[in-house]
Amino acid sequence: MGEEVKVRVENLTKCFGDLRVLDKVSFQIKKGEFVCIVGPTGCGKTTFLRLLTKLTEPTSGEIYIDGEPADPQKHNISFVFQEPSAFPWLTAEENIEYGLKVKKRPAREIKAQSDKIIGLLGLEKFRKAYPHEMSVSMEQRVVIGRAFAMNPDLLLMDEPYGQMDIKMRYFLEDEVIKLWKATGSTVLFITHNLEEAVYLAEKILILSNKPARVKDEVVVELPRPRDIADEKFVEIRKKITEEIKWW
Amino acid sequence: MKESEKIVSSVQIEEKKRAKEKIQLFLISAASVIVFLGIWEAAVRLSWVNSQFVCSPSEAFMAFVDKLTQPNPDGAVLGVHIWESLKLALIGYVAAAVIGVPLGLLLGYYHTFDKLVNPIFEIIRPIPPIAWIPLSVIWLGIGTTAKCFIIFLAAFVPCVINSYTGVKLTNSVLIDVAKTCGASRWKIFITVCTPSAMPLAFTGIRVALGNAWSTLVAAEMLSATAGLGYMIQQGRALGRSDIIIVGMLTIGVIGAVLTAVLNKLENRVIRWRAK
Repeated sequence: MGEEVKVRVENLTKCFGDLRVLDKVSFQIKKGEFVCIVGPTGCGKTTFLRLLTKLTEPTSGEIYIDGEPADPQKHNISFVFQEPSAFPWLTAEENIEYGLKVKKRPAREIKAQSDKIIGLLGLEKFRKAYPHEMSVSMEQRVVIGRAFAMNPDLLLMDEPYGQMDIKMRYFLEDEVIKLWKATGSTVLFITHNLEEAVYLAEKILILSNKPARVKDEVVVELPRPRDIADEKFVEIRKKITEEIKWW
Repeated sequence: MKESEKIVSSVQIEEKKRAKEKIQLFLISAASVIVFLGIWEAAVRLSWVNSQFVCSPSEAFMAFVDKLTQPNPDGAVLGVHIWESLKLALIGYVAAAVIGVPLGLLLGYYHTFDKLVNPIFEIIRPIPPIAWIPLSVIWLGIGTTAKCFIIFLAAFVPCVINSYTGVKLTNSVLIDVAKTCGASRWKIFITVCTPSAMPLAFTGIRVALGNAWSTLVAAEMLSATAGLGYMIQQGRALGRSDIIIVGMLTIGVIGAVLTAVLNKLENRVIRWRAK
């Protein structure tokens, strides 16, 4: 099961007019894998994610989920955006249930799933709270909970912790790992923070400068919880830093 | 434990301070009204102004008490006038809100619909409601329907415009969230754009209420036999400034009460908004 290919990206290319942002990007993600994508600033990481969610149509190339062309109406795709994106008019619980309701899952399943996620996130006290009553980090946790609640075929995260301080980042990263393990989701996580990538990923895809291609794939086989001061950890981080240098 | 007691007591002190401040602010407002009424009363009694043009507040109050039971000189007691006016205003207003808000939401969301309706709407929008009076008389006569129609027009425009703008200002990230969840266009409209537009839609509904209520006098110029606008007209014909002022103040007070009711409703519907 572990070797089953979940997502296959073939020759994905995107041009905006004359500007070629992505150039024949191809890779595969195994079922249940946690993949991080790193690359120089402005290399088109966000465009790349928008293509994967079908929010933007590619110029050429195709994305397959379970061997079929990706389609948000058919597949469960979740996206955690950079900016806080909880629905302000829904409570924490309703936000977490949103995707499941869109997919018209049975009420019992929705309740069970939201209870599970709320439990994992320790948000029991905030079930009925509206986003304006929460801190930014709390809101982002609800959003991440909403994404995992859908049991996504593919979960995409676009620098979800960009706005958090370092202590909060580590706390939330551990939480994501916990959710990922509990739900068995396939995760694609974009970040410009290399330490974050090595801390989280089983595999890291390194993108080149624009037009972006997959420059290298690095497999991270360190045991969890990972120690950022560990020799091997630092070695991998340095290797990636070297590869990403464009100066 | 001590720490928490400290917090509780500081909260209590803060609450007391706030309550005191509230009373002070209320007293300032009350004082301003009393001073205003005092100057007005003095101006009339000391003949600074001609009492034929404006009555004193005490006379207006007497006229108000009188009008509660006396149908003279304008043909109906105050309660009947209020009921007639409220009926007109609320029928026109509720119709405007019920049609205007959904129309504005749909215009904001569906581009083709927008292009189809917007040009016509933009031409009609700047026409003042009272300019419709002659046509309404030709079309609908001089009865209740014509009056409701004028009020409807006055309230309709802000309902449409604000709901429309509300949808247009929906955060695109939230729409993207719904899209990636696989929501259909209609589902996005219902679950994202509509709730997101509610605060602005309510602003429109509130503006519309003001418009509806203030167009009342104009609408009741079309041959009425009762109503606050009619009462004011009669006061003018009879040279009774006290009747006019009672009519005006009643319109003002009822307008304020309706706005307060609407605010309560708004707070209930949009509970999720940060205070």
